[in-house]
Amino acid sequence: MSEHARTCCEGFSRAEALRRVAGAGGGVAREWDPRMPVPAGAGMDRRRFLLGAAGALVSVYGAQRLGLTDAVLGDGIAQAAANGPTNPILISIFMQGGMDAMSLLAPIGDPLYRKLRPTLGVPAGSGLPFGEDPRLVWHPAARSFAALHDAGKVTTFPAIGYSSPDMSHFTSRHYWEVGATENGLSTGWLGRYLDVAGSASNPLQGLSLDGQMNPTLATTRNPVAAIDRPENFSLWLDGVWGDVFNWTLDSAAALGGAQRAAADPAPAQVARAASEVGIVRQALAPLRDQNGNPAYRSPVAYPNSGSSDFPQRLAGLAAMIAAGLPLRCVALTTDTQFDTHSGQAATFSSGVRLTADAIAAFQADLEARGIADRVLVHVWSEFGRRAQENGSGGTDHGAGGTSLLIGTRASGAMVGEFPGLAQLDVNGNLRENVDFRSLYCSLLEQWFNHDAASVIPQAARFRRLAVVR
Amino acid sequence: MASLPSSPIPVLRGRFTEAHATRLLWRAGFGPRPGEAAALARAGLDAAVASLTRPSGQARLIGARPHDDKGNPLDPINVWGHDHCWWLDRMVRSDQQLVERMTLVWHSWFATSLDASTAALMLRQNAMMRRHALGNFHALLLEVTRDPAMLLWLSGTENTKYSPNENYGREVMELFTLGADRGAYSQHDVHEQARALTGFTNDWNPSGPSNFRFDPTLHDQGVKRVFGHRGRFDWRDSCRLCVGHPLHPTFMVAKLWGYFIPGAPPPRELRTLARLYRTSGYEVRPLLEAILRHPRFYTGPRMVIPPAVYCAGLLRALGRTIETDAWSWIGAQAGQRLFEPPNVAGWDYGHWLDTSRWAGRFTAVTYALQGHVLDTSASSYSAHETAAEAVRTALEYWGNPRLSSSTVKNLTAFSHRAQAGIAAGWEQVTYRILRQNALRGLIPTTPEWQTC
Repeated sequence: MSEHARTCCEGFSRAEALRRVAGAGGGVAREWDPRMPVPAGAGMDRRRFLLGAAGALVSVYGAQRLGLTDAVLGDGIAQAAANGPTNPILISIFMQGGMDAMSLLAPIGDPLYRKLRPTLGVPAGSGLPFGEDPRLVWHPAARSFAALHDAGKVTTFPAIGYSSPDMSHFTSRHYWEVGATENGLSTGWLGRYLDVAGSASNPLQGLSLDGQMNPTLATTRNPVAAIDRPENFSLWLDGVWGDVFNWTLDSAAALGGAQRAAADPAPAQVARAASEVGIVRQALAPLRDQNGNPAYRSPVAYPNSGSSDFPQRLAGLAAMIAAGLPLRCVALTTDTQFDTHSGQAATFSSGVRLTADAIAAFQADLEARGIADRVLVHVWSEFGRRAQENGSGGTDHGAGGTSLLIGTRASGAMVGEFPGLAQLDVNGNLRENVDFRSLYCSLLEQWFNHDAASVIPQAARFRRLAVVR
Repeated sequence: MASLPSSPIPVLRGRFTEAHATRLLWRAGFGPRPGEAAALARAGLDAAVASLTRPSGQARLIGARPHDDKGNPLDPINVWGHDHCWWLDRMVRSDQQLVERMTLVWHSWFATSLDASTAALMLRQNAMMRRHALGNFHALLLEVTRDPAMLLWLSGTENTKYSPNENYGREVMELFTLGADRGAYSQHDVHEQARALTGFTNDWNPSGPSNFRFDPTLHDQGVKRVFGHRGRFDWRDSCRLCVGHPLHPTFMVAKLWGYFIPGAPPPRELRTLARLYRTSGYEVRPLLEAILRHPRFYTGPRMVIPPAVYCAGLLRALGRTIETDAWSWIGAQAGQRLFEPPNVAGWDYGHWLDTSRWAGRFTAVTYALQGHVLDTSASSYSAHETAAEAVRTALEYWGNPRLSSSTVKNLTAFSHRAQAGIAAGWEQVTYRILRQNALRGLIPTTPEWQTC
């Protein structure tokens, strides 16, 4: 199994490498042509010329701060934004690769812990106390999570998963994304929620911040959108710049808008997407300057990492929420690979530190802006890792893992419990005692006030948990 | 040119037009090269279809060899993304377009992903599917069942008599041969098929999986009961029982039809083609020759061009080949990264677009045109070109595709807007160049161009 796992993971990391390349390539802000001639004698300098290009949109927004007028935006966005400021928002953050739950909340009080984790165990005295179970400590790198937990803003699920666990990244992640242990579902659990409770004209209601569609948000009917960072939603064409490029994109959106309702469903599908791109691009315009840099300022400092823009994606998200954009479900993925088959100590520490610090900054940002009560963050991973460390300073694929629910309205009380290391499953993995679909059903009902039966298959089977206050 | 046997279902009547030929080249290939649709239209329907379904000899790759941004040849096994570009290049350059297109169909039908495997094994599977592209489905199913990438993907080498794994046993019936919810099989059949399929194994070494083989000591030799038949079945029997199932031919015909014509086949066509398929001994070519001549193929609703086909088609239309490995991330952004279908069910051919995928297609146009746009600092362009002339010139650039009047109206409105933006003298020429580049970029993003 471990050999197999290792091979799977090579593919897995390559997939991720690709995503980053895609993000870099697709996200390059190029809305003008660097080779454009300086218009000598035109009474205009190059910079003013550029400003003229992007300025048209920005000024519309500047006039009205949010600029959410029917004239500028799609009706759906304008309408949703008008009703929006009280809507609850759920953020799904995926810690990819199978985050080692036994390191995040280390069971140093369990008599078997040192035997199972002779080299990877959190050293006595270095962990941070976990008030709800004296056997557990937070990993020292998770200081920010510990502080949020102490403040009553974190609901922990120390052993969450599903029965007959599948140890493949792909399969297990798919189950969590679609909200069912089924192979063939092509809609995400939040996507299905948006299909029944969302709007037919507001693509920002389901927003992927990974630069590609997050399967959790896949819908069949209602529009959702995928971007990288709000300031990066950019397209370019060689040899087209300035006003002409903005008019080009306007034209692409208008072409689409004109055929949204075409009788032939195939052109209509393309047309709707084209028109939604126009809507999203315009909605995000106030958040970027003409060079594709953020036009917003965060009230708190976000961590900086040379290898990951995860904190900056969260900063952009807070700015979008503060700008009144009608978001409802948002999904994003950490850049860190938590698939730690070897060299776990270093990877895990830096990855968890960056993730926790970024989420804590996001939380502080929301609180500083006075919008924290509208937002709940769910942090999850596709599985926890094997209890017994392997011979390579790492751990292999496991089963039961940890989820966190973070926000001012999270219940703050642990759900389920750490099951102890004496009763591992046949593969030597932690047994789950909370099904992830119980959490999904509870979130739908307590956070979105929506009957889970229309979203989660066989919802009645899953017990409801108190997760929101 | 080989002549075709008569089709047992209706055939398009009347003149086979350039528009018909264009659709045929998009749906059964990767879009026309300049002039190709007109030439095919002159050949007539039967000859046009035969040119696709009855290629002879080895495929020839026409045009410049593919390379990455630095001019290096592609290294599909070792360099991330080059596998995608390598296949995209065949789509662009192969003179056996339907062979490549059917290979793409089988890739989605028997969806297997790089995520569980290696590029080398994925390319091996790809070559196998290409060999069987227009051949016998039973033979293809046997090869797929023992294909290393598939054995990894659907847990075939983890399925032993000691611990049966139902992954392949279920999917071979649900997705590959029979379909769910048709009453074709029960959970008991899944379990028994899993037992029949036991016995494959492989080794693991630092460079990855190797030495895939059937090991009789891992095979469950006992009696199984599948679809009411009893016997000491093995993997070959498992495949034979699936294709021999009375509900397989209709599944086959409906699924294959759906790749070429939107919606379900009419009941009469379904029955007739299912019979043709069964009596031919599960041959795929006769089905294709009937489907590709059916009136609904030419006169029915349009289909969204799949992203890989769209990218290849842009390059074919422009007479270009692969000159950057950006095509792999563009494919991913557009929603079809080859060798990485989203799940075991393959790509959802009914739902290709969302905002990020549309942006991916726009980016495909950006890259297809890169290096071929008009130089914006040139002074030789007409300073008097009218808005309507600009649209005509841009349409000509793309071989005068058929666009709706609504789209032409919008393009013309853009053209006017760009012209109205001219304020300074220097802009008379420059803006007209920008406008022409913009129109050339816009045309392939229109709903008409993205569908066929």
